[in-house]
Amino acid sequence: MLNTRLLSVALACSFLAMPSLAAEPAGALKKIQDSGTISLGHRESSIPFSYYDDKQQVIGYSQEIMLKAVDAVKADLKLPNLQIKLVPVTSQNRIPLIQNGTIDIECGSTTNNTERQKQVSFSNTIFVIGTRLLTKKDSGVTDFADLAGKNVVTTAGTTSERLLRKMNDDKKMGMSVISAKDHGESFLTLETGRAVAFMMDDALLYGELAKAKKPGDWVVVGTPQSREAYGCMLPKDDAAFKKIVDGAIAKVMASGEAEKIYAKWFMAPIPPKGLNLNFPLSDDMKALYKAPNDKAFE
Amino acid sequence: MAYAWHWEIFLQPAASGETTYLGWVLAGFETTIVLSLLAWVMALLLGALMGVLRTVPNRYLSGLATAYVEFFRNVPLLVQLFSWYFVLPELLPPAWGNAYKQLNPFLQQFLAAVICLGLFTGARVCEQVRSGIESLPRGQKNAGLALGLTLPQTYRHVMLPMAFRLILPPLTSEFLNTFKNSAVASTIGLLELAAQGRQLVDYTAQPYESFIAITVLYMIINIVVMTAMRWLELRVRVPGYIGSK
Repeated sequence: MLNTRLLSVALACSFLAMPSLAAEPAGALKKIQDSGTISLGHRESSIPFSYYDDKQQVIGYSQEIMLKAVDAVKADLKLPNLQIKLVPVTSQNRIPLIQNGTIDIECGSTTNNTERQKQVSFSNTIFVIGTRLLTKKDSGVTDFADLAGKNVVTTAGTTSERLLRKMNDDKKMGMSVISAKDHGESFLTLETGRAVAFMMDDALLYGELAKAKKPGDWVVVGTPQSREAYGCMLPKDDAAFKKIVDGAIAKVMASGEAEKIYAKWFMAPIPPKGLNLNFPLSDDMKALYKAPNDKAFE
Repeated sequence: MAYAWHWEIFLQPAASGETTYLGWVLAGFETTIVLSLLAWVMALLLGALMGVLRTVPNRYLSGLATAYVEFFRNVPLLVQLFSWYFVLPELLPPAWGNAYKQLNPFLQQFLAAVICLGLFTGARVCEQVRSGIESLPRGQKNAGLALGLTLPQTYRHVMLPMAFRLILPPLTSEFLNTFKNSAVASTIGLLELAAQGRQLVDYTAQPYESFIAITVLYMIINIVVMTAMRWLELRVRVPGYIGSK
């Protein structure tokens, strides 16, 4: 009696768990098709990846790549009138928002690492950065060793925060680590003299530098403490959706379009202040454009 | 929704500080409690003083108290906090401002949060105290004065003991709000309970466990406060008034 009941429960479960065999889209694609809307997660101040310009439009390198992925979704689902919903996210809420389905995809400045892969999936890498320091030209800080005993700021929820705290513990450097809410606030902490240096992904530091009142006063220094791969975050294990996004990114890179987008955001004047980041294409980036992949560095 | 529950993360060693993730949460719990209690003591003293000033028959004193209340009650808490933390040091003489900004960051954040929360809650307590005093029959004040007490003595021995007993229930709400409002301190980087909860999400990628844990801890604080205040209400009740049996 008990056995038959168990058996029937097990049977019922296996039916529920069985993937649908038809070509009907499932997961995020189904949700997008049913609602006619795709929800894009973007950042508010991750210059030049994803941020608001002075007209409160979302712009940036990652944003352009995300729109390419949206085009691919449109083509795949044959939904030319797909509505786009933009949802601003922060370092802290981006993972829960992907998990609970508030956003379908997030392209900003999110590092692909194995820890996060337990909760979300990542697309092909869109950018490779190194973590370094932004400091005042006359601060006397030239590398991480100079930070001992000083106040250092970084943005909460980032890989830099982990690395900085770990370095502080391992090398007994006696730093006071300030974790600010977002990159803008981190830079404010640096600019007002609360911290001598701001540790973050080099590309973002160049972005903050571009926003400064006097960009000439600031300089990016230090040996990169880690290399990180930025990817677009996607719902976990949604293979069909990931395939479309990966395909779109690979295509952009193979066609040479990615290099043009790069030049637009890193080698030419960008909003809001028309400053040029002058951040040339690194060897890591050249390698990525040649062979797109979704590998994490750590 | 596909979600892998991992409650055991709390026992894993944390990424820094030679403790477990549970240790992080408890450190935040402690900061929240100390921060809120200090702010509450400040609010209670300031609120009592200003509440009395609002009711005294002197235009300048009551004007001062009214200005305080209107200012601190009408500006959003978050704006006040940012002003204390980011704006004030820039308005001080540069030497003072720089000295303050070189302090230990935790101390800077903690000070800004206590002052901000204390002044904000003080304005609300002030209004409770005023309403308590004004709810008393006018005869009580007159009786005190007729007995030969001075006005300050009448406040001290007649009106305030009555007023405070009457306003205990709304004061309990303000006390609870102080703990809940203390979470805004996470926006200036203070690692109190809410900030530790968010930090845990960043480091462990287990948002639901983290938020459930801090929710439970906030509830524990508030249930303890509520129980204690209920007990106090019963102890000091005035027969024939609210709160009495």
